[in-house]
Amino acid sequence: MMLSIKDLAVGFRTRRGEVQAVRGISLELAKGETLGIVGESGSGKSVTSFALMRILDAGGSITAGEVTYSGIDLRRASERDLRTIRGREISMIFQNPRAALNPIRKVGHQIEDVLRQHARATRGNAREKAIQALRDVRINDPEARYYAYPFELSGGMCQRIVIALALACDPRLLIADEPTTGLDITTQKAVMDLSQELIRERGMASILITHDLGLAAQYCDRLAVMKDGEIVETGPAEAVFANPQHDYTRRLVEATPRPDASVRSLLPADRRPPELEYTPSDQPLLEVRDLRKTFAGKAGPVHAVKGISFTVNQGQSVGLVGESGCGKSTTSSMLVRLLDPTEGQILYQGNDLAQIPAEQFGKHPLRGDIQLVFQDATDSLNPRHNAGDCIAEPLRRLAGLRGKALRERVEELAELTGLPANLLSRFPHQLSGGQKARVGIARAIALDPKFLILDEPTAALDVSIQAVILNLLADLRARLGMSYLFVSHDLNVVRLLCDEVIVMQDGAIVEAGPAAQVMTAPAHPYTRALLSAAPRPPERVLETEPLAEVQSAL
Amino acid sequence: MTTANPISVPSQGGLWAHLIYVLRDNPVTLLSFGLFAFFIGSALFGPYLVPYDPLATNSAIALQPPNFSHWFGTDNLGRDVFSRVIVATRLDLSISIAAVALSFVIGSVLGAIAGYWGGWLDAVLNRVFDTIMAFPLFVLAMGIVAALGNTIENIVYATAIINIPFYARLVRAEVNIRRESGFALAARLSGNSHWRVLAFHIFPNALPPMMVQVSLNLGWAILNAAGLSFIGLGVRPPEPEWGIMVAQGADFVVSGHWWVALFPGLWLMLAVFTFNLMGDGLRDIVDPRRRT
Amino acid sequence: MSAPLRAVLWRILQTVPVVFGVVVISFVLTRALPGDPAVYFAGAMADAQSIEEVRVALGLDQPLWRQFFLYVGDLLQGDLGNSISTGQPVLTDLAMRLPASLELTLTALLLACAIAIPLGVLAAVRQGSWVDHLCRVLVTAGVSLPTFFTGILLIYVFYYLLGIAPSPLGRLDFIYFEPPRVTGFYLIDSLIDGDPETFFAALRQLILPATTLALFTLAPIARMTRASMLTALSSDYIRTARAAGLSGAMVLFGYAFRNALLPVVTTLGMVFSFVLGANVLVEKVFAWPGIGSYAVEALVVSDYAAIQGFVLAMALLFVFLNLVIDLSYTLIDPRIRFAAK
Repeated sequence: MMLSIKDLAVGFRTRRGEVQAVRGISLELAKGETLGIVGESGSGKSVTSFALMRILDAGGSITAGEVTYSGIDLRRASERDLRTIRGREISMIFQNPRAALNPIRKVGHQIEDVLRQHARATRGNAREKAIQALRDVRINDPEARYYAYPFELSGGMCQRIVIALALACDPRLLIADEPTTGLDITTQKAVMDLSQELIRERGMASILITHDLGLAAQYCDRLAVMKDGEIVETGPAEAVFANPQHDYTRRLVEATPRPDASVRSLLPADRRPPELEYTPSDQPLLEVRDLRKTFAGKAGPVHAVKGISFTVNQGQSVGLVGESGCGKSTTSSMLVRLLDPTEGQILYQGNDLAQIPAEQFGKHPLRGDIQLVFQDATDSLNPRHNAGDCIAEPLRRLAGLRGKALRERVEELAELTGLPANLLSRFPHQLSGGQKARVGIARAIALDPKFLILDEPTAALDVSIQAVILNLLADLRARLGMSYLFVSHDLNVVRLLCDEVIVMQDGAIVEAGPAAQVMTAPAHPYTRALLSAAPRPPERVLETEPLAEVQSAL
Repeated sequence: MTTANPISVPSQGGLWAHLIYVLRDNPVTLLSFGLFAFFIGSALFGPYLVPYDPLATNSAIALQPPNFSHWFGTDNLGRDVFSRVIVATRLDLSISIAAVALSFVIGSVLGAIAGYWGGWLDAVLNRVFDTIMAFPLFVLAMGIVAALGNTIENIVYATAIINIPFYARLVRAEVNIRRESGFALAARLSGNSHWRVLAFHIFPNALPPMMVQVSLNLGWAILNAAGLSFIGLGVRPPEPEWGIMVAQGADFVVSGHWWVALFPGLWLMLAVFTFNLMGDGLRDIVDPRRRT
Repeated sequence: MSAPLRAVLWRILQTVPVVFGVVVISFVLTRALPGDPAVYFAGAMADAQSIEEVRVALGLDQPLWRQFFLYVGDLLQGDLGNSISTGQPVLTDLAMRLPASLELTLTALLLACAIAIPLGVLAAVRQGSWVDHLCRVLVTAGVSLPTFFTGILLIYVFYYLLGIAPSPLGRLDFIYFEPPRVTGFYLIDSLIDGDPETFFAALRQLILPATTLALFTLAPIARMTRASMLTALSSDYIRTARAAGLSGAMVLFGYAFRNALLPVVTTLGMVFSFVLGANVLVEKVFAWPGIGSYAVEALVVSDYAAIQGFVLAMALLFVFLNLVIDLSYTLIDPRIRFAAK
């Protein structure tokens, strides 16, 4: 075995005593093998990797167990010995690649630092070798990139640099800690494919740490599923995915959105209430006509939204899909009337809302009709207001409710969104991610809106919570008869709730149509790229789409 | 906050419990609040409790070292140093608190408006603050007091003016990062006007870092006022004030009469020290995230 | 034009409105306040006729906007008016005394940086150790100490009690001669003159006031160094560097320290503000013949031209120092270089 971890436990000293982040896990990794460690936030998966590199944050230490790499006892190795192992034998890449690079040092010099440290280069040939390392990760024009600073590069490019840095000294093992979190889905695919290719080329072993079971299953030979600092299940990727043994794994597998799943099937099998009936009408509720938004930029006007038109019928759910910077958020800001369009009409039940300045819309009678669920529930709740006050705010300001009537309505909303009433007096920092999401939804539906915009409502949530929230949204729609505009980067998630899907790229709609049709027979190459970039579980291996245009865009 | 008409429990009782929690949680905070209470007590009741008239001179007992009847000794005119030090608390504290309150209010309003709306007003205010901060602050205060006239009010104004940019900048930054935050937008979707969003949703969130600034500024303000008095601006003898007393005592230090300058200096130091230590405690009190 | 050069020029250009603002404020302070400036400028001893002469000489009988142009015109010719107490042009007085202040301030600043930066780095690296605690105590005490009080304490201990410091009166004991003036800095001039005895005498005089100022200055620098070093050490790129096996020294100095230096350099601007202000007080305590004590003497006799000249000179000096700081910042941080348009 190349790497063997036995009963590893990691603890952190905090002001409230010692906290066990990893509680006795055992893992083995053979030469050339790819292992995926999967778990939700707080499962201890990243801490495990820091522990075996011995780069734990201050206060953290290995409290028990053994870590052996090629016969070397990593737990007891001296700092000096570890330094020769780090980077030369075992390397790491991290999430948030831009922050992972020294912001005030040229990327080429950062690679040189590593090469020189491990005596892989001399003063004379360091530059040449660094450029070679950049070329190895398929960076165009490596001579020019050598002189770039991280802030001048895109996230995907920065991750390539981090990979180049990690692989510069030909390590035998690469640990990738959430390497694609925060990157667009097509970029994610490009980065993952690249690292897989390099790992195979060089016959390296690797560990992929991720929250995304689908991603791990696609790229790894073997999976280890972690929960609360323990490994609950290990096995070959196909087997874990196709036939999960542990309860938690099964829940995780089910909650991971798949092209063929229904929203109910994301929930654990024993907790699936019957689906509520939901009947969209064909009466238009909101019609968007040639909507445009142009911002004044430093280098001339920026056309964020370039004239889009679509219709949302009463009770219908429409998905708006695209990657960062495609104009979907600008569109939702304009529709919810926080932002004035440059041009175009927003016809709501026949009234052109675009004519009413965003400034005045706050007092408009239709204000309560159009509401928004924010992307990041934490950010959308005032840290100084408790959950009850957050939900009560629109009722006070717009419905004029006070006293008992107000309290009853807030409690009713809490019940509707599955928020225990005793949590209403808690402040946002005292609530979990799922609970905060419920508060945000309760506030948005407080005034019985007819049109609700969901702006990536589950992007910040773990998949098991995401499954619950998506089901809640599906139920609310059926009960209250709202129309949704579901804004997301993830077609697989959007599809679960929406009958119609709109795909945006660079401020324009490139494809629109019934969800099933867009998913199975995408007409536009960009839609195809998006679909093929989504992680695919192993049992559904499809042909890989060419990603040439996406890669050149990096 | 007017909107904090609570749906559920936490009210005054919650605040009080929170205050006790904060004080218990950190011994430094407890110490600083204890010292603060001592200074406030000295300022309020000191003039009625001190053993001697702080202005009464008696050349027969001039320059006596600390002894049983004059704990801090006497100065060159035979005045009781202890009485003078305690009585001076009221003046020094009033100057600094008044100055900080003025700069807090003006700075917050200007900074909040600039941070929320931006635009030309922001640009103009930025220029003005740049200009004020282009002066070494103590020197500017000297210039202002020299020009406006040598009075205590002018010391307050001068100290306030040099502190305004700090508050304005801080509030501007805090408001600016929250202007487009989810909860500010959510407040607008709930039917709040921009003014309400700013005043009741965004501004209160800037309070925790501002409290740290307030405590630092109270310290600076006292040092600043004492420094001005030390070089002969503002408070005039024989009025007891720590800065002047140190200045007068300085002449006697070289001849070994250390107590005349030491005790007012120590008190001054202790007051600044107290204010500096209070920062974290004040912040924890206004920060609901500290509630557990 | 290259991006760095453009950034430097842009930064220099930015001082123009600040200098203009400084001039406006100093104009407001001298001319536009309630009361009759002519009375102030003529001094306490003036009779009605000399007040009238001052009024005409300063152009105070003219409309305000014209007064402003006259004022700016005078400034451009280096005319800050005449001091009542010395009878000399204020500019000459200030130029004579500026080196004394600068020598004191710069020595103190160097001393403070030499202690505070290593202390802050050590405190951050050995968080929770005795160095860290020492750093915290020094920082809290340092900002709480009134400079004039520290100065007096030091005089009492080192001059009166221990007798190892010279009497706190000026830059040089009266038994020595001033070195021939080249730079105006006694330490440098005495070395140029090849006179080590005067050099050490000047140094002995300088130690106490410089220490007083340095103690005060140390606190913000040490605090900021510690804080920014902690931030840098806990950042992702340090983790990357460690994971890549870089040596401890390289991680600490090549990666963490250089990044941590940026906020420290920014703080230096604020520190200059404090130092230049505290300088006035320290000069008074040690009878140091710099521009600070000049201003204090002028205050006593209500010598307005001298005070306003002093305020303006200090502001211009401070603007200049800030410019130097920002330019060095531009050189360290590539992001600023590229952000400038």
